[in-house]
Amino acid sequence: MKSVLRAHRLSKEVSSPEGSLTILDDVSFDIDAGASIAVVGPSGAGKSTLLALLAGLDLPTRGHVELDGTNLSELDEDGRALVRAEKVGFVFQSFHLVPALNALENVMLPLELAGHASARRVATSIVDEVGLAERRSHYPAQLSGGEKQRVAIARAFATEPAVLFADEPTGNLDSRTGANIMQLMFDLNRASRTTLVLVTHDLALAERCDRVLELDVGRLVSDSGAPG
Amino acid sequence: MKAILFALRSFGRELRSGEMIVLLAAVSLAVAALTAVGFLTDRIGKAVARQANEVLAADLRLRSQAPVPDEWRELAAAHALETADTMSFPSVVFHGDDNALSSILAVTDNYPLRGAVRTAGAMFGEQRAVDGIPARGEAWADGALLARIGADVGDVLEVGELRLRVAAVLTYRPDQSIGFASLAPTLIMNRDEVAASGLVGEGSRVRYALLVAGDEADVAAFNAAVADQLPDEIRVRSQEESSERAYSAADRAQRFLSLTAVIALLLSAVAIAMSARRFAQRRMDTVALMKSLGATQRFVISVSLVQLLILGILGAAIGSVVGFAAEELIARILADLLAGDLPDAGLRPVILGCGSALVLLVGFALPSMIELRNTPPLRVLRYDEMPPAPSRVLVGALSLAAVAALLYRSVGDPRMLVIMIGGIIVIAGALYLAGRGLVALLGRARSGVGVAWRYGLANVSRRGRDSAVQVVAFGLGITVLLLLTLVRTDLLEGWRATLDDKAPNHFLINIQPHERDAVAGLFTQNDLEAPAFTPLVRARMLAINGESVKERSYPNRDGEWLANREANLSWAAALSDSNEIVDGAWWPAGYSGTPLASIEEEAASNAGLTIGDVLTFFVAGREVEAEIASIRKINWDSFQPNFFIVLSPGALDGMPTTFISSMRIEADKQPLLIDLMRRHPAVSVIDLGAILEQVRGIIDKASLAVQAVFVFTLAAGIAVLFAAVQSTIDERRFESAMLRALGARRRTVFAGVMTEFAALGAAAGVLASAGASVLAALVATRLFELPYTFNPLIWFAGVGAGILVVCISGFFAARGAVNAVPVDVLRGLPT
Repeated sequence: MKSVLRAHRLSKEVSSPEGSLTILDDVSFDIDAGASIAVVGPSGAGKSTLLALLAGLDLPTRGHVELDGTNLSELDEDGRALVRAEKVGFVFQSFHLVPALNALENVMLPLELAGHASARRVATSIVDEVGLAERRSHYPAQLSGGEKQRVAIARAFATEPAVLFADEPTGNLDSRTGANIMQLMFDLNRASRTTLVLVTHDLALAERCDRVLELDVGRLVSDSGAPG
Repeated sequence: MKAILFALRSFGRELRSGEMIVLLAAVSLAVAALTAVGFLTDRIGKAVARQANEVLAADLRLRSQAPVPDEWRELAAAHALETADTMSFPSVVFHGDDNALSSILAVTDNYPLRGAVRTAGAMFGEQRAVDGIPARGEAWADGALLARIGADVGDVLEVGELRLRVAAVLTYRPDQSIGFASLAPTLIMNRDEVAASGLVGEGSRVRYALLVAGDEADVAAFNAAVADQLPDEIRVRSQEESSERAYSAADRAQRFLSLTAVIALLLSAVAIAMSARRFAQRRMDTVALMKSLGATQRFVISVSLVQLLILGILGAAIGSVVGFAAEELIARILADLLAGDLPDAGLRPVILGCGSALVLLVGFALPSMIELRNTPPLRVLRYDEMPPAPSRVLVGALSLAAVAALLYRSVGDPRMLVIMIGGIIVIAGALYLAGRGLVALLGRARSGVGVAWRYGLANVSRRGRDSAVQVVAFGLGITVLLLLTLVRTDLLEGWRATLDDKAPNHFLINIQPHERDAVAGLFTQNDLEAPAFTPLVRARMLAINGESVKERSYPNRDGEWLANREANLSWAAALSDSNEIVDGAWWPAGYSGTPLASIEEEAASNAGLTIGDVLTFFVAGREVEAEIASIRKINWDSFQPNFFIVLSPGALDGMPTTFISSMRIEADKQPLLIDLMRRHPAVSVIDLGAILEQVRGIIDKASLAVQAVFVFTLAAGIAVLFAAVQSTIDERRFESAMLRALGARRRTVFAGVMTEFAALGAAAGVLASAGASVLAALVATRLFELPYTFNPLIWFAGVGAGILVVCISGFFAARGAVNAVPVDVLRGLPT
């Protein structure tokens, strides 16, 4: 199967008062299109940093990321933004909805950014699909946590991205709502053949993915899908 | 294009959600304040100028020794101007056996074209403004004239062959001047009856005047049209030349008004800067999200710029409407006090107000909006990732340029601009340093206080730079508020004091040398100080450096007029208190050598005279030569007898001399003057009270205008304080919720917040008081040329106002944050 995301010997170092600090250390893997991958590990293992590098939100100190055949390190910030606009979707732990926009408008946002001709129609249909037809004109402040995350998921899938990155998507939700949200994400993932990269603490959740990558202190310590 | 469409779409959404309201409010308020201030200063400036015009009773006066030919009257009519005619001539007026010399003013229907004549029903009675002119067979006579001839209202006077009934006591006419032409008390009569009086014939000393008034542009066009064609014997006087004193007052009024406009401008600038900063901060998350969703830097910046533009336009529109409405309201309130109609200001203030607000928006909001493009998209994962702060040099340069450009427009005076900007920079720098100092100090003090205080003080010191910035904002706000209240009052009082308390209110002229002792005796018998007598000798200038004054060329027409007219000379051994030598030197005490002259600064420059020039005068058949030894500046506000040309002692010995004197006589001693006029009928008494009242009227209008305008600057100042507290409101909501979740009582949290505000307010107040004192001293001494007296009240008011205003606006602004239900805040934080 074709690989959609390649991490090639990724390292990330940051400077701190105590000197240089290694957050990621020589991490490599390939991810096949349409797969669902969980990245697990304790706090401070480097999960979020890895996610940021894979999505082109940040650049590695060494190594590079190939997203659908494009080397992200060769692009400037705007170039990476255009790649994200075309191929990437996000779901965040803290939802990140624009407070000034209502539910429908939040879903329209990436479509409008990509210059989509019928943003409102597409957004309406997907908002309905995640079960928020009655809440379209509500603002984030008027929505519950679970509803906010549904809006975020609708927003992420609206542009039919090649890769969907989810950073602890259930971290701010109670367990029942979290389970519902994950079910919705897996359903949409299967229906749209999107590659899902999920960062989580939740091992039960990780078990539902095709493959689990485990990080510890910046190193890749296990990979359930590694050849051999 | 995509960005513009997106910006337009999302602008509406963001406006609806209230995100942009604070900045929009700041911009609207700025436009409203600047527009209203502009309207008022423009209109009231015109009203003040119009009052100064009253000195002519017209906008323009054509004066001649012969009747003014009809062609000028027709030309004025062709320019859509109103006209009136006056004749003035001296004549003896009889009442029974008593008689006195009077200056007869014969007027036509429209007199006066500017200002109003005031009369009273009886001697020393209450005066009121009158419409119209005396009917045929009637006259309005000056009280001094009536006193001299023992007449009163209702009596019949003989003026030439006419018998005129005194219909009222003349107390004020706009064109009464202290010029020596109108020495004798006035009698106003109807011009239609002059011919029947038989007083005007061949060789009579009659001055004819054509008064002209109307729309400013029409008057200017008429003035330009007549300037070159008028024969020499007709002289034009326009408002600028009409009265030095009224104009120096009008000029100061304009300075006060533009000072107020400047303050409104500065406060608006601070309010816009602070709310723009908050707006940019709140947008940061949205921008990071948009970038993570694939928006490019160009897209982000285009959206920001378009939205800023729409915001500017919307703010300008709202502000103009509010400003216009407010101005209409204030003008209506002022209309009564300003006695009649205020001239229309036109659309200029709206354009200037909008333009100024847009310049402020660009200068203060643009840098942070542009820097938003560098927000790292990583911020969606790490909340502490921030865009690099906008270049301080860029921000500083842009905002300073914006303020300087606008200041220069309203001030129009480079010196005032430098003082203003210098003052602002020094105070802002001092406030910032003091803010940092306070922060460090409080950090140490907090271990010794209770929990609420510790929380409040910890907040001040934890916010470090932010606290210092707030101290700067509050400090600047309070500085200008202090300037506007206490300092304005101090300045106005100081200014009025130079006119009121010691200023003479009566002039005595035409005192013969032998009468001096008797006149002085009258005063001492009435327990008044004997007045000083200043000599006056009538002369004509013949030559300057041997060249005939008729052939010589002059820098301007005023100079030519000065050299050719009959001159009033004086001599003095010592320099008058109200004079100051600006060039050369006054003659030494006891000097009695060859005649020397001292000439007034402006007269010297008009006539092209300098130190060393030799003036030749013709006095009573003899020639006197005097060399110019010094050039003087005269403080006309002093109301002392002053002369353009003063000679050294001995130069005019033996020449026919009369004396003049000025003194202050309170109302209860006024009967002394009637006594004096009866005993010395040749002596003329001129009541300066009416003229002082005219000057005071101008000052009152000016201060009234300043107070009206103050309402807007106050609103702008409070907006600044609100913007400052608002900029920390999100943080405060969260902190307060957290503290309460940890078990703090609401009262404790509130006490902590108030401690923080009180500490900030006190620091800002102390520094603002210092700043306002320094600025006040500079403004008073450098701009208004008034002595500055230190006012300790500034310090009490400054610190008190600092604590009070910051605490009160902080209370209202932070109340919501403290009262919010903790669980909502803590749970609702992520969106």
